[in-house]
Amino acid sequence: MSDPNAATTPVPFRGGGFKPERIRFVGLAVFLALVAIAEWGTRAGWISNLTLPRPSDVLSTFRDLYDTGLLWKHLIPSLTRLAVGSVLGVTIGIGVGVIIGLFSMVRAGLVPLVAALFPIPKIALLPLFVIWFGIDEGSKYALIALGTFTPTVVATYGAVDNVDRTLIRMGQSFGLSWWSIVRKIVLPGALPGILSGLRISLAIGIILLVAAEMLGAQYGIGAYILEAGSLYDLERLFAGVVILSALGVLTSAVIGWVEKRMLAWRI
Amino acid sequence: MQLILDSVSHRYGDVRVLSDVSLTIPEGQIVCIVGPSGCGKSTLLRFLGGLERPGAGKVLQSGPLPDGCLNPLTYVFQDFALLPWRDVTGNISLVLEDHGIKGAKAARIIDDVLIRTKLSDFRNALPKQLSGGMKQRVAIARALAVSPAVMLMDEPLSALDAQTRELLMDDLVSLWTRTPFTAVYVTHNLAEAVRLGHRIVVLSRRPGTIRDVVEIDMPLDQRRAGNPTLEAHQARLWQLMREEAEAADKELSNV
Repeated sequence: MSDPNAATTPVPFRGGGFKPERIRFVGLAVFLALVAIAEWGTRAGWISNLTLPRPSDVLSTFRDLYDTGLLWKHLIPSLTRLAVGSVLGVTIGIGVGVIIGLFSMVRAGLVPLVAALFPIPKIALLPLFVIWFGIDEGSKYALIALGTFTPTVVATYGAVDNVDRTLIRMGQSFGLSWWSIVRKIVLPGALPGILSGLRISLAIGIILLVAAEMLGAQYGIGAYILEAGSLYDLERLFAGVVILSALGVLTSAVIGWVEKRMLAWRI
Repeated sequence: MQLILDSVSHRYGDVRVLSDVSLTIPEGQIVCIVGPSGCGKSTLLRFLGGLERPGAGKVLQSGPLPDGCLNPLTYVFQDFALLPWRDVTGNISLVLEDHGIKGAKAARIIDDVLIRTKLSDFRNALPKQLSGGMKQRVAIARALAVSPAVMLMDEPLSALDAQTRELLMDDLVSLWTRTPFTAVYVTHNLAEAVRLGHRIVVLSRRPGTIRDVVEIDMPLDQRRAGNPTLEAHQARLWQLMREEAEAADKELSNV
C-alpha cells in the first residue's frame, strides 16, 4: 500500500450505460438522412426509378393531392373510420378488461375467449362483417373495433392485475366502498398499463383501416394506395404510405402527451 | 375501546403460523408485538383489523368508540400505502370522502392532522417528492384523520433509516403524550418496542405462541435511548428472542 516504488494507475471505470437517455432530434436526423440518400441515389442513377420513387416526386404528388382537394376526400373518411372504430373497440375493451380484472368468474369465462379471438387475422372476417353490418361503413367500423378491442382487453386486465395490492388493502382497511376502491385506486393505478396498451391497439387500428379500405372502399387512404399500387404508380403509393406513417406518429404523440399530463405522478 | 384475541390459531395450507394466542389490548396503551421473522405477527395484526379471518378462535372488540370516530380500526403500513397520484391533502381526503366529509369540514380535519404531524408545509407535495420519513408521517396523518379507536401499526418504521426512525419515534411519543391513543405496534426492532410499548408481547417462532408479556411502567416521554432500565428490558427481550430467532433463521421456508 505504502510501497513508494509501486506504480499508481487509476481504477478502471466499469460502470455506466444500460440506461436509456432522451436525445432529441436524432430520430429526425436519421429520417432526413435516409430521404437524402434516396434523393441522391435516384438523381445520380444508382437507384433506378423502378426500385424507389424519387422523394421530391413523392412530395410533388402529395402537393397535387392537396391542391386538387383529393387529400381530404381520402383522409376524412379514413380518419372517421379510424376514430369511430377505435373509440368503440377501446371503450368496450377497457370496460371488459376492468371487469375481467375485478371478477374471477368473468375472468375464467372470458380470458379463453379473448385468447381465441386475439390471433385471428381480423381481416379474414371482413366478408362475415359485410354480411352482418353491411358493405359500407358498418363493416369497417366493426373490423377496426374488433381489432383494437382484443389488445386493449389484454392490456387492461394485465394493468388491473398489476395494481399494487397494498393500496387496495389500504382502501379496505379505511372502510372505502367497493366502488370507491375501483374508481380511486384501481382505475388510476391501471392507467399507465392501459395507455401503453393503447399505443399497440391504435397501431393495429391503422393497419386494419387500410386493409378494410383495400378490400372495399371508394375513398380512403387504403383505396388510394391500392389504386396506385395496381397502376404501379410508385409516387402515389409512397405518398399514401407517408400519410399512414404520419398518422402513426401522430397517434403515438397524442398518447405520449396524455401520458405526460395524466401520469405526472410517476417517478 | 378494547380489542381481545381469544385463543386464535391459524394455518396457511400445511404451515401452522399461530397457535392459541389470547391477548387483550387495553384502551390508551401501546402494545408492541415482537418476534422472529415469520412468526405470524403481521398475520395477527391483519386479524385484529379484520383484513383476514383466523382459522380458529375469535377476535372481539368491546367498549364505546371515541367521539367522531370514522374508522375504529386503522392501519399504518410498513410501505406507507400512499396513492402516488394524489398529493398529501388528497391522500388524507381519500379516507374522508367515503364518509361524506368534504369541503370546509374536511379542510378542518386535514389542517389539524397536518399540524399534528408537522406536515403543513407539504400539503401539495406528491408522494414521489417526499422522503421515506415524510411519507410515513403522511400515512400517520391519514390514520389520525379518521380518529381511530385502535391504531394497528405494521412495522411502521422498518422501511426507514436509523436517524429518521429516531425522529419518528419522538413524534409518536409526543403524539401519544398529547392525546393517548390505543395502538398495536408490530415490530422486529426491540429498541422501538422498549421506547414505545407499555406492554411488549414476545411471540415464539412458527407456530407463533405468546412466550412472555413484559410491562414497562416508565412514562413514554421519559424514555430516552441509552436509559439503563430500558437497556435492561431490551437485553431481557433479546435473551427471550435469541434462540427463537436463531431457530427461525435456520428453518427451511416451504411457503
